[in-house]
Amino acid sequence: MSTVRVLVGTRKGAFILTSDEKRAKWEISEPHFAGWEIFHITGTPADPNRLYAAQSTGWFGQLIQRSDDAGKSWQPVGNDFSYTGDPGTHQWYDGTQHPWEFKRVWNLVPSPTDPDTIYAGVEDAALFRSSNGGQTWQELAGLREAKGHLWQPGAGGMCLHTIILDPNDANRIYTAISAAGAFRSMDGGATWQPINRGLKSEWELPDADADVGHCVHSLAMHPARPDVIFMQKHWDVMRTDNAGELWHEVSGNLPSDFGFPIAVHAHEPDTVYVIPIKSDSEHYPPEGKLRVYRSRTGGNEWEALTQGLPQSDCYVNILRNAFAVDSLDSCGLYFGTTGGQVYASADSGDSWTSIVRDLPAVMSVEVQVLP
Amino acid sequence: MIRVKLPVHLRTLTGVSGEVVLAVEEPVTQRSILDALEAKYPTLTGTIRDRATQQRRSLVRFFACGQDLSHELPDTPLPDAVVTGVELFLIVGAMAGGA
Repeated sequence: MSTVRVLVGTRKGAFILTSDEKRAKWEISEPHFAGWEIFHITGTPADPNRLYAAQSTGWFGQLIQRSDDAGKSWQPVGNDFSYTGDPGTHQWYDGTQHPWEFKRVWNLVPSPTDPDTIYAGVEDAALFRSSNGGQTWQELAGLREAKGHLWQPGAGGMCLHTIILDPNDANRIYTAISAAGAFRSMDGGATWQPINRGLKSEWELPDADADVGHCVHSLAMHPARPDVIFMQKHWDVMRTDNAGELWHEVSGNLPSDFGFPIAVHAHEPDTVYVIPIKSDSEHYPPEGKLRVYRSRTGGNEWEALTQGLPQSDCYVNILRNAFAVDSLDSCGLYFGTTGGQVYASADSGDSWTSIVRDLPAVMSVEVQVLP
Repeated sequence: MIRVKLPVHLRTLTGVSGEVVLAVEEPVTQRSILDALEAKYPTLTGTIRDRATQQRRSLVRFFACGQDLSHELPDTPLPDAVVTGVELFLIVGAMAGGA
């Protein structure tokens, strides 16, 4: 019987939850890195016992931790995220140019084939890669050449929060940056181009169709269809069928098309999930009802999934990296809230249960299925 | 020998349970103590002062002899009581509200 391991990053530490494949009873670890913000903790597909965690505080800055024994012990690895050369400047809130300054790591994405290769998305927005298990990091500086001088931070900072490695083409990488947009490399990260055509930001940008500047919140792709990408934008749920050449809106009948995470079913490439949030200023579910919305048609037609989720007085948020999908035959879904709950579904979202209720605010959720 | 007390999170990070004792050549300054500390515990690099600028991180404080030395220049000699090991050089996480 398989084991399921859920990795949860929170404002005050990381937690590891384990269950068998029934996903009915869960063991919850003691806090790892107690007191530290864990923006992301993730496992490595090529070596499930190899975990990485992005650990930070306002006091002591950024650390990267690595475990080679599934979290039983941890080793700090490299935390030198120096930009390549003179990174120059980007737009600041007041319209002036501002120097690029490293603040923290938002997202860690290991290679699907090599446990020592891992990518890090950071604030101020840049992409780094390590080929030695996190000991040293090199910036893929070509990304900043994709009009980086025009990027500017949103309210949450100018963060590179999403990295998608195409499992079918090692040269193709997608990234997304808050208040900058989506970007694609076709040469393993050496050069990049913005892929934002079709996005519209009428209320956020003076030019609603600008090449860069759109506030992309997250991206999701099914590995069997790497040309199809789904996007939760600041407002609007979007889809491209041609690897980002052109996007079209698939918000359809959602009660709000604002939100943070987006996910795709493990076995059904046209089944997509979002968790609507009321608005950009009211970061909680519409009507106080926590609802996951599922589309089985690749967008536009959405159904509310509510069984087991609070349907009154719920005012939590679900952050962009806090939604994960497992690979079991009966697809499992997991998301964490700023209220400290982690909800799980073992039936593709039809029903939900909270597998832990009272953690610190959840920053990230990942899941591993172990043989 | 210089006696340094780390804040709890950095003691956990380094696996140190008590004080850190460092041999530091005179003149003993904030910079020379931090250089010695990072040489002994490389994982502390970047946690007390910024890697690029070498400036003290804004929410880290340096106390000794009942004084806040955080705003002294990094190469200013430290008090004799620190140099002789009579007094601890305290590295402190600043009081900060919020989450």
